[in-house]
Amino acid sequence: MTPDILAALQQAKADKRPVVLATQLPGGEQCLLPDPNRSAALNEAAAKVLHSDESGTFTVDDVSWFLHAHNPPLRLIVVGAVHIAQALVPFATPCGFATTIVDPRRSFGSDERFPGVTISNAWPDEAMDEFRPDSRTAVVTLTHDPKLDDPALDRALKSEAFYIGALGSRRTHAARLGRLRALGHTDESMARIRGPVGLDLEAVTAPEIALSIIAELVAVRRGSPLGVRKKPE
Amino acid sequence: MNLHDSEDILATAAGWRAAGELVAVATVTETWGSSPRPAGSRLAVTKSGKMAGSVSGGCIEGAVADAAMKTIETGAPQLLDFGVSHERAWEVGLACGGKVKVFVEKLL
Repeated sequence: MTPDILAALQQAKADKRPVVLATQLPGGEQCLLPDPNRSAALNEAAAKVLHSDESGTFTVDDVSWFLHAHNPPLRLIVVGAVHIAQALVPFATPCGFATTIVDPRRSFGSDERFPGVTISNAWPDEAMDEFRPDSRTAVVTLTHDPKLDDPALDRALKSEAFYIGALGSRRTHAARLGRLRALGHTDESMARIRGPVGLDLEAVTAPEIALSIIAELVAVRRGSPLGVRKKPE
Repeated sequence: MNLHDSEDILATAAGWRAAGELVAVATVTETWGSSPRPAGSRLAVTKSGKMAGSVSGGCIEGAVADAAMKTIETGAPQLLDFGVSHERAWEVGLACGGKVKVFVEKLL
């Protein structure tokens, strides 16, 4: 790999710009895609690889190419800089999630409690407007406090977030759905919210609950049947 | 390196290269069957013996590291082929029954 290609790859990563590193096999000639100077077929194949986030070897224009997707990290927005959030970050990071913690209560959302993590002390709806969750973003609310959780969930439901989870018992969740309904959300839309959050591991401690959340995130991301919630009776 | 880079083997390799090490990077380009690491998985190796990442569950890393030393010396990339049904020079198969192709290149 030439220093130029390496530098361009690292720049794309710093810019959070999706690119494909294309390597001709077996010779090893490389380029970054998209590139208007390359064929439409090659650029199209690269776009597909980025969309599916699955790298692989493809024959394009009678040439064998390894197309290596370099997507920006998945994002996890956690509302509530609580104990479970502290336990969740060390699971989320190695699983490929860049985590942002949102909590306007500065004593909770402090650098000391979350070293190396992006923290926003903005109000959750303002924070969500700023971060704009997309289809590669998960949103998890953990405060148990309607005035913090509800505005975040309201914005999450209006976004394409691939995962929305809310901490709280079934009873808490039912009350929450009532409040969100009053904000104009339909039952169909609110079915996107996973409450209680996480896979049902009968988790008790903060690390166990964090594990159940990251397990469900992975299940949903990878399309496992474990990621599909049964309709409540 | 921050926490977010724990899976970013290329960043680790680039760091080594910037520090003056001679570095090769191996990347899984194709898999069949039950190979444990998907296409795109990387293993970085230095001439001085540092290693980061993986291209299998540990079964072929030694052979890949040997090949990487050769690429570091010659500068020529290699496309390696591993699998139980392939009678290759190294006699290193994937115990799980999978097959992988691994591209090895030098960081220039």
